[in-house]
This record gives sequence, C-alpha cells and structure tokens, in this order.
Amino acid sequence: MAKHRGRGVATINYPIGMNLGGDPSQALVHSNPTGKFTVALSSIDLGQGMKSVTRQICAETLGVPVEDVYVDTADSDTGPHCMGSFASRGTHRVGNAVMVAAREARAVMMEAAAEELEVDPGDLETDGKGSIRVKGAPHRSISVRDVAIAAQFRQGKTISGRGIFLVPLSDVDPETGEMSPATCYAHACLIAEVEVDDETGDVAVLKMTSAYEIGRALNPKLVEQQLVGGAWMGMSHALYETPEPYYPDTREGPRDFNEYLMPGPGDICPHDIVVLERPAPDGPYGAKGPGEMCANPVLPAVANAIFNAVGVRIDELPITPEKVLRALKARGGAQPARTR
Amino acid sequence: MLEFRKDLFADERDDNLHEIGQPTQRQDMLGHVTGTSPYYDDHRFANLLHLKILRSPHAHARIRSIDDSAAARAPGVKRIIRAADVPVNLNTLLSLIQFGKDDEPSLASDVVRYKGEPILGIVATSERAALEAMALVRISYDQLPAVFDVEEAIKPGAVSVNPAYPKNTFEYYNKYDHQKLRYGDAEAAFAQADVVLDERYQMSPIEHAPTETNGSIAVPDTNGRFIVYTSTQALFFSLDTSAKINAVPSNQLHFIGGTVGGGFGGKVDTMTEPLAILAARLTGAPVRYRFSRHEEMQFGSPRGGERIYIKDGIMRDGRIIARKVRAYFDSGAYTRLSSYAVVKCAAHIPGPYTIPNVSADVYCVFTNRTPATAMRGFGVTALDFALECQMDKGATAIGMDPLEYRILNAYRDGDMKAHRREAKNCALIECAQVAAEKANWPLREEFRRMSSRQGGGAARAGATIDRTRAPAPATPARAPATVPQRISYERPTPGAPPPYTAPPAPPPRSVPPPPATPAGSTHGAPRFSSVFGTRRR
Repeated sequence: MAKHRGRGVATINYPIGMNLGGDPSQALVHSNPTGKFTVALSSIDLGQGMKSVTRQICAETLGVPVEDVYVDTADSDTGPHCMGSFASRGTHRVGNAVMVAAREARAVMMEAAAEELEVDPGDLETDGKGSIRVKGAPHRSISVRDVAIAAQFRQGKTISGRGIFLVPLSDVDPETGEMSPATCYAHACLIAEVEVDDETGDVAVLKMTSAYEIGRALNPKLVEQQLVGGAWMGMSHALYETPEPYYPDTREGPRDFNEYLMPGPGDICPHDIVVLERPAPDGPYGAKGPGEMCANPVLPAVANAIFNAVGVRIDELPITPEKVLRALKARGGAQPARTR
Repeated sequence: MLEFRKDLFADERDDNLHEIGQPTQRQDMLGHVTGTSPYYDDHRFANLLHLKILRSPHAHARIRSIDDSAAARAPGVKRIIRAADVPVNLNTLLSLIQFGKDDEPSLASDVVRYKGEPILGIVATSERAALEAMALVRISYDQLPAVFDVEEAIKPGAVSVNPAYPKNTFEYYNKYDHQKLRYGDAEAAFAQADVVLDERYQMSPIEHAPTETNGSIAVPDTNGRFIVYTSTQALFFSLDTSAKINAVPSNQLHFIGGTVGGGFGGKVDTMTEPLAILAARLTGAPVRYRFSRHEEMQFGSPRGGERIYIKDGIMRDGRIIARKVRAYFDSGAYTRLSSYAVVKCAAHIPGPYTIPNVSADVYCVFTNRTPATAMRGFGVTALDFALECQMDKGATAIGMDPLEYRILNAYRDGDMKAHRREAKNCALIECAQVAAEKANWPLREEFRRMSSRQGGGAARAGATIDRTRAPAPATPARAPATVPQRISYERPTPGAPPPYTAPPAPPPRSVPPPPATPAGSTHGAPRFSSVFGTRRR
C-alpha cells in the first residue's frame, strides 16, 4: 500500500457573455457640482468586484482619479436596465456600457473646460489626477472640480453620459447549429499534481499551476481572487461536492454544511498563476472576463492526474475515495504511469 | 501567486493607462470588513412577518386534498397562501424574452413533480410560528411513478413529468427534441480513423453553496408601491418576473439589491420575490421569505447532472479528425434555464480544437427532481470535464504527450469552428506553453514554437479526410425550412451608440466549411435563439 503522485493537464476556452448575445446592459454617469462622479447601474456585485471594475473603467475613460468615481449598483428606480450578473458578462457587457457613458460625460466635461480656458476642446487632455490641461502647455490647466462648478452654475451644462452595450442576437440554424455564440473567448491551461492513497482511495491535490489568457486584467487583485477561488471550487467539484451523492437516485441528500462535503482550509494547495493578455477587440480595454471559466479546467486536470498517478479513469463526478478504490480493485491495483 | 507575461501579445495592447491594470482596493472593501455593507437581510422592520413554504414530500404525486384549517387558526399565523391566490400561477423564467412555454407554478395545485415543490405559503409573526402551523396542515396524496434518469426519461412509455413537454424533452424550433450541431462528415471520418474512442461521462449535480441563502423582503411603500430588498443576481429579471406573477405593473415594484453574498448562478431563478410580494400585498405588512440552509441545499435549484458521450476519431500522428457528442442535461421537473444551456453547450463543441468533422445532439430532459439552473460555467463545465478527460485518453491511446496532443489540435486564428465561425483572438497554445514552462512540463521544441497566430486557416480546416480512400456518403438534402445563418455582427443595432471599437469583421467565406451553407429564402421560416426562442420573421 502506498501513496502515488501524478500530474494531469487540461486546456480550455470560455465564451464571454450570454450565448448568442441579445443581452444588453446600460449605465448612467454623472458629475455632482464639485466634480465627483457617480455611476448608476442595476448590475449586481456578487463579491466578484463589479463595482470596482466598473469604477476603474469609468475613471480611466473620464481621465480622473479612481477616488473621484463612486459606483451605485442595483436600485431599480435609479439604475438603468442590466440583464444580470451571470454568463461572464459583467466586465465585458457592463464595462462597455460604462465606457460609452463615460465617453459621453467626458466630452461635455472637455467642452466645459474648453469654454473656461478659452481654447478648442480638441487641444485639451486630462492628466488622470483631477486636472484638465492644454496639450503642450501644462501650465494652462483647470481642475475637474472647477470645470464641474462652471458647467453647473455658469454654463448650464450637465456633465453626464448614457451608455448601452449590446451584442446583437444571433440566429441558430436548426439543422447544423450554425450560430454566432460569442464575440470573444478567454483561455486557460491548468496542470494539477495529486497524491492518491491506494489503501484509502483518498486524493490530495498538492499543487496547481495555471496560465490564463483573459484579454486584460483590469484589476490584478480581483483577477487573482477569481482564479484562486475558482480553482478551489473546481477542486471541490472534482473530489467532494454533490447534493445527490447517489445520482440519479435522489436519496441521502445533504441538508447542511455538516453533510455537504467540501474541502477545508487544510485541503487547499499552492496555486501558481500566470496571466496572459491578448485584448479582445470588443472588450473594455480588451478585457474578457475570468469569472466562470476558472473552475472548469480543474475538474479534468485532477481526473487526469489521478490516472497518471494510479492508472484508473474515473469518469463520474465527484471522484470519491469509494470510486477510486472500486476502480483500483477492478484494475488489480495501482499502475502508475511511467512519465509524470 | 500571480504573475504576468506582458511580453506575449504586447504588440496588440496599449499598456499606457492610468487606472486600468492597477490593483486598486475594492470600493466596497471597508463596508465588507466592517460589516456595514447592506445585504438584503440587513434591513430591519418592526412588524416584519415571515413566510415559510410547505413543500412536497414526494417526487411525483397527485394532491387529493389539502386541509389547512388548523394551521390558519394557529398562534401567530396571519395568512395561508394557496395556489389559487397567485394571480399568474404558471411561468417560465425566460418567458419575458419569449423563450419556451410557461411550465412552472409558484405553488402546486393538483400535481407535485419533485420532492420539495412548493404547495402552501404560511405567513406568520415568526419563522417558528409558521413552521409550527405547517405541521398542522394535512395533505393527502396519490403517489405517482417517477423518473430520475435522463435516458430512462426519453424512452417510449416513460412517465411524463411536465405537461408542457409531455415527452420529457424541451422542444427546439418546434421541430426537434434536441439541439443539433453538424459540421463535415463525422461518420465518414470515423471509418478512416486509426483509433476510435467512445466514452461516457457523468457530471454530478452541484449546490451553489453561497454564504447568503436566497431570500427577499417585500415592504409595502407609499402610493401602492412595494420596495423589495433582494439577493437576486439579476435585478430587472427578478423584477419583471415578480410583476408578471403578481399581475402588477413593473413600476409598482422598487427592487433594491446589488450587494449579494455569493450567487454562482443560484440567484437568477427568482424563487422568493414573487411570493414575498404576494404575501406583503395580502397582509399589508413587510414580509421576509428566506431559504433555510436545508431549502437552499435540496430545493434551491442546483447545477444539473449532465451525461455526455464522446466519440473521437484519431490519426496516429495525433490529429483528431472527427468528434461526435451526445449529451443529456437533467433539467429536473421544470425548464428554468437548462434549455438555454443546451444551446450554449452545442456552441462549445468540440472544445477549443480544430476538428474538421463534428456532430452533436444535445438534449434538455425533464425528470422528477429539483429543477436545475445556471451555475458558474453553465453548459460548459461538464462538457469541459468530458472533453478534457477524452483528450487525455486520446493522447494515451496513440502514445503522445497529453499537452503536445492538445497543442497540436488547438484552434488557431483563421481556423473554422464547428458552429461555422472563424476563430480569432486565440491564445490556447500560448497558455499551454506558459503553464508547461512554469510547471517544468517538458515540451518538444516544435511544440514550444507553435503559435495561435500562425498556421491557422484553410490547410487545417476540412482537409484532413482523404476523400479518395473512401468516398463519403452524399450529404442528405436539407429540409426546406432550414434557415441560412445571418452573421449577427453585420447587423447595425438600431438606436444604440456604436461600440468602442469596430465590430469584428464577418468571417471570410473563402474557406467554405463542409457542407456549404445553402442559399434560399428565409421569409416565414422559424428562427430560434436561446434568448428569444422560436418565432417567425
């Protein structure tokens, strides 16, 4: 009886946004009289960082510091329509809508600044720090605060913008399935290293190494949060979880977290992640969206690593110790692969 | 640990940005760590009532009689809500966008179709009072035979689960009981393959397991409006669904949410809002309906179990020349969103690989279990499990390194995909190379040098079957109702501002995939999408 180590790999891609499109999102951006901006959305922050990502997109597009933007989500009286926070669509769809709205607000802001500085708006640029200046003559500048005050109280302009983003709905050919499912795809490769105990059937995930291509990491910390958390969920899907342990039989369903198996802190393994950025032509600053895909490669990578370690294929999830032991028994014991 | 490879695709990126790419702290971080972020259940009301739901103990049964008279008299009970109280007691989630038939009641009246299906609502001054009253309800049932296995459910003579779809399969295009994908000639290619690999995979159902269970509080407001604090993942989706079921104008409802304790797809189904609003309307008081952990685990919709069969035709040199997939989505008793995932699944086949001959049939099947719904990776997670295990087996079968086998078959810019769109903006090969380098996975030089940006296109698409060896059977003529695909990106969006970059160009037609897209009139032909369903032009 022994513990056997093995490595397995999976490579995947993931479509961004609702399949076939037809899923719009809107955004409204406006300035208060002292140059602080509010983004009104009806999109949901599930913990993934919707507010933060749209805040950074808005600040970048307006050309103001991120501290000068506040994102208000999910009040149906004030936030315009959004299809919802699902289908890896938040960053791509809502981010694009915010960009459109912020561009419109920026255009008014630059016009108002131009009027104050008595120059052409095309000669102005933002410094990203709260000021607008004449290109090539940075001493001629005005703060966004003063522009907002002037627009509101002297010029009678509203520094605001509306945005919508919609990938038009695709048809599907009933006979061939010909369709346009998505406009961009994110990519990943994940390598899992496991240790299989051929006496108990227990599988421990020792290490994960992955590369994710997600268009643009708008906020690396939020990306890391998704990729680390998603891998944990994938490992949990692979080895532990199900509300129907005897599926398709429905008996013995767990009722709480004492009965619903999930990995604990001691089961979490080191995960080295490398991020690649190949911008999506229609993504906000090229971004795609890592939210859903990051659980997916872990399931097959772990299954393939178990095969590499002991020579058995478990094609039914979750891969419980019972299934591993039964497979080992049918196989006549562990047969580790030569290369790993 | 997270690191970047900024050297890759640098020529396609403008890295001269201020805020984008910064690890800025979350806007809501302070609120989260100090416990002041307002989740739906953080709102307090002095005269709050509580709604609990009596659920079916049987997977399939006819309700003979319900006696709730003792429960109605129980201490603290303010109102019993019965099926007849629900203004519109049949709905399907995607009905707002005209997809599918209304098939699910908010409260069952005559037949229950899964264990846990809601039958009665009890509104009381505390959750305990509601639960104690629930124990006084007497319901007599005639149990009916039930079906739990997807392949059993589609056999002739199987128990019929859902009267809207009596054959236990969702209908596509008013024509088929499944979604098709056809590209090239898979059967002819199997006959020429060196190795044929036919395998079966089974995904388990999964609970979303959010920290915060599903719930909402409906509060009567002034002027006949209701404020609804909710955990929904889709504010207007839930608002419009609630307005439909309650038969009220949508502007009578004011939904507030946006800060949610984890969703993962399990908070799209609008399971609590319609009845919480109804209870508030019937009692004139604020009403909370929140799932217990037991309800969330067993009766809140899970990720569905999916059964997937994959058959690959592989050449000794590592090329996959054919892939055939048959997949069954276990939707449970009602449709919810599984019908949508089926189309998404078909679009994802054969995975991120260039395979010249692909055939797939994907089914949405009804069984007597808790309705399934969206979960992170909807329509794709189970397929990726099956595809990537299959890739490993394929590599083993021909004695090739599993990562090199994937790189060899990986799609590249310019390749034609099975759903007949040109691949672009690909990066699978680069991900494989970078992960291999990081994990010290040895790759041969030629595989380290391959690129998503080079070598794609005509030479790889449709050219791998030697048609002289065994002439492929003629492609059957297609039915006249077949709709040639329009490329959606060619269409302007009326009234919408232009996107920030030019939309992707339509795929060049110079590389016609086999079989060629037929020409023909499209007028009057049924068209279908997973969003808008079947309709006529």
